[in-house]
Amino acid sequence: MATEVSRPTSRRAPRQQIGLIEWLRKNLFSTWYNVIITVVLLYVIVQTVTSFVSWMVTAPGWPAAFTNIKLLLTWTYPVDQLWRPQAAMALVMLLLGLSSGLWGGIVRMVALGAAVISVALGFVAFTFPDLPGQTSLPGWLFMFICAVLLVGGDQLARLVGNKLRWPLIIAWLLAYPAVILILRGGIGLPVVETKLWGGLTLTLILAVSGIVLSFPLGVLLALGRRSSLPVIRTFCVLYIELIRGVPLVTVLFMGALLLPLFLPGGESIDALVRAVIAVTLFSAAYLAENVRGGLQSIPKGQVEAARALGLNVVQTTLLITLPQALRAVVPVLVGQFIALFKDTSLVVIIGLVDLLGAAQNIVGQPEWLGTPGGVWRETFLVIAAIYWVFSFTMSRISKRIEDQIARSRH
Amino acid sequence: MAAGSPPLPSGKVTIPFYRDTRIIAIIVQVVFAIAVAALLWYLYSNMMNGLRQANLLPTFAFLSVPAGFPIAESVIPYDPSMTYGRAFVVGILNTVRVAGIGIVLATILGLILGIARLSDNWLLRNVALVYVEIVRNVPLLLQLIFWFSLTRLFPRIQESIDIGGLLYLHNRGVTLAWPQAANDFDAWMLWVYGGIVVGVIYYVIRRIQFARRDRPGVALPQAFLIAVGMAVIGFFTTYFVYGAWPVSLSIPELQRFNFVGGVTVTNSFAALLVGLVIYTAVFIGEIVRSGILAVSKGQREAARALGLTPGQTMRLVILPQALRVIIPPLTSQYLNLTKNSSLAVAIAYPDLFYVASTINNQTGQAVPVILMLMASYLSVSLLTSLFMNWYNRRIQLVER
Repeated sequence: MATEVSRPTSRRAPRQQIGLIEWLRKNLFSTWYNVIITVVLLYVIVQTVTSFVSWMVTAPGWPAAFTNIKLLLTWTYPVDQLWRPQAAMALVMLLLGLSSGLWGGIVRMVALGAAVISVALGFVAFTFPDLPGQTSLPGWLFMFICAVLLVGGDQLARLVGNKLRWPLIIAWLLAYPAVILILRGGIGLPVVETKLWGGLTLTLILAVSGIVLSFPLGVLLALGRRSSLPVIRTFCVLYIELIRGVPLVTVLFMGALLLPLFLPGGESIDALVRAVIAVTLFSAAYLAENVRGGLQSIPKGQVEAARALGLNVVQTTLLITLPQALRAVVPVLVGQFIALFKDTSLVVIIGLVDLLGAAQNIVGQPEWLGTPGGVWRETFLVIAAIYWVFSFTMSRISKRIEDQIARSRH
Repeated sequence: MAAGSPPLPSGKVTIPFYRDTRIIAIIVQVVFAIAVAALLWYLYSNMMNGLRQANLLPTFAFLSVPAGFPIAESVIPYDPSMTYGRAFVVGILNTVRVAGIGIVLATILGLILGIARLSDNWLLRNVALVYVEIVRNVPLLLQLIFWFSLTRLFPRIQESIDIGGLLYLHNRGVTLAWPQAANDFDAWMLWVYGGIVVGVIYYVIRRIQFARRDRPGVALPQAFLIAVGMAVIGFFTTYFVYGAWPVSLSIPELQRFNFVGGVTVTNSFAALLVGLVIYTAVFIGEIVRSGILAVSKGQREAARALGLTPGQTMRLVILPQALRVIIPPLTSQYLNLTKNSSLAVAIAYPDLFYVASTINNQTGQAVPVILMLMASYLSVSLLTSLFMNWYNRRIQLVER
């Protein structure tokens, strides 16, 4: 051995070449029961896929979803005002593009993903140009504009550089009220009553409101639950456990029935605001528990070091523990957002028309009564696909953030 | 708590009260309590004023008034002439019924799913993955409405879809074969009771032995095996002694207008159960999978090196440690399933929430109804988590 010094000291291990047959044997037919499982599963898969595909090709109900795409996206929002949801979306896309250029990493991945989806949807919309409910700005053109805003914002932010940091953070903070203002109207714009809102727009508004508005309350509750003051701790524990012990439907029901009773002149609070308040109060309890998890994960030494440096309790919380805790719980918060995004479909039960509600209305439209078996399968499949794409994408993002945090710890 | 304050000179030093953390703490709490009480009082007085004007002062008197609305299915006898209170109880029992069956089925399916995700069969692993990713990214309510719409496509009862002669799908629901007590059922029950008694005696004796010898041990699985074993032996013995099985399968038979025999559940119930089980099983499956993965490989290897058989390794080393990771999140999934059953209102299954909202519509007594509704859900949640916390404490690691 010692004579063979000329051999390179480190060599890459030989790539194991396994052929198709070998792979099949190892992964599908390794034991007798694996053979049975594989054969049965193959049979079931082939059966399912072929019958599903043949149903999809022949299903008569697809036009129901596609001709009503406007209802699914914005429900009864006035057609002549549809540029406003578009403007709101464009605003968010621009901010996302700028952030992508500034921060890169996962944000860039999200932005690029959004751009790719926009382009794809743009092509789809371009192939079906005759859909009813068209705005003055055709759908396909709008989707391309979104993609341009994303990529353009990215490039712009890279040119401008770090000067953009604070303006961008402030812009994100103002984005939520700005979007609501654009949709609702008021200053200079004609008011669009929330009664007319609905569809995917409403679903997104409810989910985003649930996270954004519940954030301050949730953080306070989490801090309160870990407080050393017994009165405050008891109150927070009671609130959190009370809310987490009952289903969201009950909280929505309370929002719809009790809020008008609790506040003077409460009957004039519109249904959407009631739902948003209920979702916020509900979501705050779950957010508090998530943030508490983050707070618990911070080593005690951090607090002790901060106290030793002379920081007081408030400073320690705001400057040391909370920032670290919030960074640690970002993936969990994305998970909560996904859950909320799906759960907002429950507002159907208290009479709001979100994406699911719009689909149910479309299924009941008289013009589809003649279709054998109804159009519900096709319509529900389309909105299930919409829900799925959103949730799946977000869960992948959350996974990425999680991995990144885990890696940065080591 | 005066951290960071400079070393005090000897002698009595008075700290001004507004810098004394103990006094600040009391002041903050008093102010907080007053603020919360004031807010609650404000909301309460507003509510009472409004209700007084509407002449709808909250009272529980309506509970003893005849309800007057029918409920499609009920565990206990119910008809519209019975009281609102009775109707509410029917709602609670319906929720408990679907949640109880759902929890058992979801656990079984979840267990299968979790193991399938870890299978060495590539196809099985990925089919399970696809199932998980599809189901958990679509709202449960949409899935429930989908299943319910599907049950409404079932044919008339005379043209029921026949699955193996044991299960029939039709537009009034699902009829399935169900075991029922035969003539010699009592003879077999004697064996079952006997098994339970022997199992308990075995368990107690073993525990006393363990306590005397002051060493840990496992007795519950053996006791359980003894009880089940006696029941099985009894089952066959009854057959050989009396010439007939103690339990027979009641097979549904289609008469002119209805099924005779078997058990028929409504399509609302079937859709709700299927939806809840399929949805919750995904989350349980992920919990089982992560629980098994959480037990480090070294544990298995060490157990084998110590001479434990593969069965012992699984039973005494892997499972207890996996369970420790599995139980807490499993509890919250059980609670989620129970809470999610309130979505039944969208597919007309008369659960707790459905009945409560009907009562509210009829009586206008929003406040008492909501209080009762919340109290019911909270007590179910509380009972479940108390039980699971007790179980969890029992199996937790005792750190030295």
